Order: sequence, then C-alpha cells, then structure tokens
Amino acid sequence: MWPKTILALALCSTWVAGCATRTSDSEADRAVAEMMKASFKTRGQASVDRLKQDEVQALCSKHAGELPKDASDAIEKAQQATLRYPGSGKLMGDWRQGERIAQSGAGKQFTDDPTRPAGGSCYNCHQISKQELSFGTIGPSLYQFGKLRGSSEAIQKYTYGKIYNSEAFSACSNMPRFGHNGVLTEEQITHLVALLLDPESPVNK
Amino acid sequence: MRMHRVLAGVMTAMLPCFAPAQQDTQKEIERYRQLLQDGNPAELYEARGEELWKTKRGPKNASLEQCDLGLGPGVVKGAYVRLPRHFTDTDRVQDLESRLVTCMVTLQGFTPEEARRNPFSGTGTPMITTNPYSGVGQRSVMTDLVAWIASESRGMKVAPPMSHPKERLAYQAGEKLFYYRAGPYDFGCVTCHGEEGKRIRLQNLPKMTNAKDAQRAFGTWPGYRVSEGELRSMQWRMWECIRQMRFPELEFASDASIALIAYLARKAEGGTLDAPSLKR
Repeated sequence: MWPKTILALALCSTWVAGCATRTSDSEADRAVAEMMKASFKTRGQASVDRLKQDEVQALCSKHAGELPKDASDAIEKAQQATLRYPGSGKLMGDWRQGERIAQSGAGKQFTDDPTRPAGGSCYNCHQISKQELSFGTIGPSLYQFGKLRGSSEAIQKYTYGKIYNSEAFSACSNMPRFGHNGVLTEEQITHLVALLLDPESPVNK
Repeated sequence: MRMHRVLAGVMTAMLPCFAPAQQDTQKEIERYRQLLQDGNPAELYEARGEELWKTKRGPKNASLEQCDLGLGPGVVKGAYVRLPRHFTDTDRVQDLESRLVTCMVTLQGFTPEEARRNPFSGTGTPMITTNPYSGVGQRSVMTDLVAWIASESRGMKVAPPMSHPKERLAYQAGEKLFYYRAGPYDFGCVTCHGEEGKRIRLQNLPKMTNAKDAQRAFGTWPGYRVSEGELRSMQWRMWECIRQMRFPELEFASDASIALIAYLARKAEGGTLDAPSLKR
C-alpha cells in the first residue's frame, strides 16, 4: 500500500476528497467490517446480530440516494412476496388505540423493556392528526389520509401492507418494516390502519 | 446546578404552552437559548476540567499536563479542532476522548478499563425515557476534561488533519458507517441526517453531507443539554444516536465511533467551534 500511496501523493500535489490516494473501496469495506466487530456489544435486547444486513439493507446502504431502477424493482418485488395479512380478514381496528400507538416512540432500543409492546413512532416523522403539533417531517403528512382516499378494501389492504413492509411499495424507504421485522403485531397495525382510514378518526375530520 | 435543573424543567413544561404554533415554539426555544448563553452551566464543567487536568491522580500520582493531544505534550489550545488525528505512539486515529483514555493509562497508570469507566455524566445510560433526570449529578472526569479542552478551541476553525493514510481510511470507514442501514428498523445515520430541512417531532435535523449543517452541528458539541441537565460530548452524541437507531451498544472510544467522528469533522471542516454550547 505504501508505494501506491507515495505514487498517488506525487501525482496529486494537494489532497482533495476523492483523489487517487483514497484507499480502495474493498479495503475500506474490510476496515468497516473489522471495526463493526470490535466496536459494538450486545446490550439487553439489542444483540450484535442486528448489525448483519439483509439483502434490502445491504443494497440500500450500497446505493444510498441513487438506487438503480432494476435494483429498486427487484427489492419491491421480493418484499411484496413477504406481505402477510391478518387471517381474520379484518384490516381496520380501533383508531383510538391507533393514536396511542402512533404517539409512542418506544420499542427495540436496549433501554426499552422487551416485554412491553413497541410503539409505531409515527409522529416522529409524520403529521397525522391536526391536534398533535409536535410531529416530524421525514415522512409525508398523513393528515386527511382517508378523506382523500376513502376506506375501500383495496385502500385498507394498501395501507396495511405499507405499514407491514414499506419496502414492498417504495424501495429503500426511510420507513421501518413494522410487520415484516416484527416490531408491531397484526392487531397493532390494524389500529394504525383505522387511525388513517376510519371516517371517525381525527385524521379525517 | 439545582437551579439549572429547575430551568430545564421549566423549559420542558413550557413546550406544551407554545404548542399552538410551532414556529413560535422554535422561536421561544431560540430566545431561551440566547437568554442562557451568558450563563451556560457548561462553565462549571470547564472549570472542573481545567482543575482535573492539573491534578495528580492514579497509581502514578501524575497530572495530565504532559498529555499530547496532537500538538505536542501539554498543548491544549487549538487541539480539539484538530482532532481526530493519527498518533504515532498508538498508531491509531484518535478523537479527544480516546486520546484522554491513552493519557490516563500512560501518564497516570490507570488500566484502560478504569480510564473508560463512567465516560458520561449522570448514570452513563442517559435519556432513559421514564425519567430523563435520573442519575443527574454523578460527575464524569472524562466529561469535565472534554468541556475544558473543547473550550480552549472556542472560536477556532475545525481543521482535522487528513494527510496520514489511516486518517483517510478512518474518514472513508466513517462514511460507510454513515450509510450503513441495519437492525429491526432498517435505520442508518443517513435516515435522519441525509436530507435537508427535516425534523423528528420538533427537533431540527442537520444534513451531515451539507457543509453548513455539518459545521453547525459539529461546532456545537460538546454542549450542555438543558433537557438532561448534563453536559454531553461527541462520543455521547454518537452513542445516543446509535441507541435510537436500535443498534447494539456502541462502545465508548471504539474505532467505529472515532471513524464516524472523523467523517463528521471532515464534513464540518472550516466551521467555527462554538462549544461547549447550550442545547435544548
């Protein structure tokens, strides 16, 4: 590596990011892999196994910001195949419980009690009901979500599916795959569907 | 300190009152920050840190006054804004906190475990959601030292060196870590810090690949966090983000933590250090 570096330094008199003295990508990948192993430790429910990426995570990390169309299509197709709907066929639960789930940002951190249900952290990123002013903006506003779309079976299915596995609809979305990754239960997701679609929900008032 | 805890409570309690208009809330928080800027509690940490630097401690009964933070033994002025950097004696890229661990071991004779113990004020597990004030008051030698050493670079330009191959490798590794998505929520640093003008709840998020955002973010750590009643360091900031990303625990002063800080320091290059700052 040294002779290569010296040669490269000779070629570019001043260092700029992206210049030829950059260590090769594979070398940086190896360095990262070693660092990850040595720098993290299991604590509570957050075990070091969580650092192992699945295919979606690996692709989205690799292509951050500029996912090629074919990779995007492949991710969505593969993730569509993971969608599971409640056996009962009932997709709309209780919007009041949905609101509580949307408010809660707890779940899966090593400081969270693993015996308690996780929340959806929805308000962290979305505007939802008009009453809650403390909302984030990483995701789009969901205010009047159902008013604009109705609550047909097809819309219910789409909404449930999107919360269950967002990657099935939008590859490399910032939104967690709440059902697929076992964060929320089937029942919890139906409550969130109701929060978004029930005409009685404050979201649609 | 008690007064500041009360202030922290008042500020938190104030938030709902201002809820009817978010813009106003933001403005009020800004105004509150301005008001406190003249009397930032960080000064208490800075004063203790300066004292600790000169105090003989550890099995070797030595002070840290000969500690080399990168500009030569004992040079503190301007050292913080030129970190992380490669050190010949350890052959590692080190940030301030990992370097202080090295000095506590070599100069004062502590074991590495002792030197890394209690790196953050309070309980060491801050932001436990049920009670953000739990453990407040438990002091951390590391936090105090960081406060003082950073204050000795106040007003200076962030200028991490990038000439050693290991410094460049740390930057590249940090960049890869920044984009690394994993865990049950598929999160990476980039999830929250990859776009401009976004928020979590009411908290504005810096886009770390944008120089202006990165300079402001990097340049205001360490900072006294009113919501916790504690001074927090850059290592703590990494540790806490990683916890919220649902990753396993990031070890204090680990190579991954240093790589991330090296990446951010480079992104913030040319910005002015305005730390220890006052934060929400």
